[in-house]
Amino acid sequence: MTGRLVRAVAPDAPAVRILVDGGEVTAYAGESVLVAVLAARNALRRHEFSHEMRAGFCLMGACQDCWVWLADHSRVRACTTEVADGMHILTSTPPGFAT
Amino acid sequence: MINVAIVGAGPAGVAAADVLVAHGVAVTIIDEGREAGGQIYLRARAGLKLDIDALMGAEAANYRSFHTVFERLRGRFDYQPETLVWGIDGKRLHTLRAGVADAVAFDALILATGATDRTLPIPGWTLPGVFTLGGAQVLLKEHGCLIGRRIVFCGSSPLLYLAAKQYSAIGAQIAAVLDSTPFTARLGAAPDLLAAPRTLARGLGYMNELRRAGVPIHQGVRLMAFQGAGGIERVHFRDRAGREHVVACDAVAYGFGLKPETQLADLAGAEFRYDTTFRQWLPHADRDGRCGPGVYVAGDGATIGGARAAALTGKLAACAVLDDFGITVSGVARLAMRGEVARLRRFQRGLARAFAWPVAAIHSLDDGTVVCRCEGITAGELRASLRADFGPTEVNRLKAITRCGMGRCQGRFCGLAAAELTAHAMNMPLEAVGRSRGQAPVKPIPLAISLAGNVAAAARDETSAPA
Repeated sequence: MTGRLVRAVAPDAPAVRILVDGGEVTAYAGESVLVAVLAARNALRRHEFSHEMRAGFCLMGACQDCWVWLADHSRVRACTTEVADGMHILTSTPPGFAT
Repeated sequence: MINVAIVGAGPAGVAAADVLVAHGVAVTIIDEGREAGGQIYLRARAGLKLDIDALMGAEAANYRSFHTVFERLRGRFDYQPETLVWGIDGKRLHTLRAGVADAVAFDALILATGATDRTLPIPGWTLPGVFTLGGAQVLLKEHGCLIGRRIVFCGSSPLLYLAAKQYSAIGAQIAAVLDSTPFTARLGAAPDLLAAPRTLARGLGYMNELRRAGVPIHQGVRLMAFQGAGGIERVHFRDRAGREHVVACDAVAYGFGLKPETQLADLAGAEFRYDTTFRQWLPHADRDGRCGPGVYVAGDGATIGGARAAALTGKLAACAVLDDFGITVSGVARLAMRGEVARLRRFQRGLARAFAWPVAAIHSLDDGTVVCRCEGITAGELRASLRADFGPTEVNRLKAITRCGMGRCQGRFCGLAAAELTAHAMNMPLEAVGRSRGQAPVKPIPLAISLAGNVAAAARDETSAPA
């Protein structure tokens, strides 16, 4: 799967491995969750009400359209949260938390 | 000794801190960013080899001097990065950092909260790959990332040609620049635009650079829809002659000028007045930024003025604090600064008129278009609510009934359009349909937070207080 975002400047940071819906994705230390996911995937999350996919919008912590679930059932705002090695990001609401 | 809290570490907040620490005042700067700079002087993340000169162009020197000043000041105030101010009660800010809540007491509060893109609903604006112009710049400046491989820049904004030029400088493929600014609006604004001829010339320069790079530029267009299945694939627009066009792309950046972040000023009790040029409610402040007892606003969070005006208004607000607390101001040329702020803001008013907010396009939005991204509320749902017997006649009631503006962004990205739709449906002037009231928390905070420092102490006092 090709990602939506393009890294135009070669990353000069250690690689970190994350999981997106169980699939392995390589990202780089210092990247935001949004960059890490969207450099590998088309979208970030399924919108709770319309069930359409979303990929963030303002990219500066204002629109709140990039909150994603982690496998530990916490939630993070993807554009302002730094990615961490081993992080497991879910693009849909986990079972039991359905809206 | 007084304690001054400054919210925001962009050009306004840091300039205010510079003046205050020079006068021996205790300053706390609270900022949501990872590093100081705001959005304009946003720093690339650690280790990223970004060519700042290529990216920032004429602004590179200002970028460097901002960060030099900040590093010089850094040890002289309490700096709290990555910290959200989510509420204000009395003379206390409520903060949250990495899941830990705290409070900051202040005698004076300077709000330098900056701005976001002003956007409007367009069919398809929620598709993956559609971003704001400012967002596209942030992604590039902070992460060296492009929003896509074939990009359309569109809307009507001073950021339009700048963002496109920045992307072009780093080698991005630009499918088109679609400028929806009506030519007549640009002419009408010309006298005010001449208040800052250098900035005006710079904008024209960006456009010419893009033309030379072979980027197709269409002016006076009407944006019809962002289209695609599961992501943006095409932009549908109508040119000045009314001909229909479709441009293929995999990303869109769009915006219609900027919109101040005024939520905290609202919670701090500022009086808001309707501004006819910006068609927005803005905190009412005197020429130095006083907008309530012990409360001051500066920078784009007060009135859009750009980075230079932001730094000057930050200094003026700091001087106002010093005056109000009986501290003699020295070494600040206030008269000249006030004059320059007036000139820069006049230019921004010109820009706001030139890059006209397309009111008619909002009025004619089709019923199926989503207005509120958070809650998924469409223009049709808003109109049905407004048409109903005993329906809402102002925006807070509309929000209560439809949930438009009640989602996570608290109306930041739908509020202006919802107000325009309300005014149109009620056949009332925009200022008559009211102003959406701010509520704490101004951004989402998790339920699972732990208490620290001042908040923990207050909680202990409350639980141990005799009944």
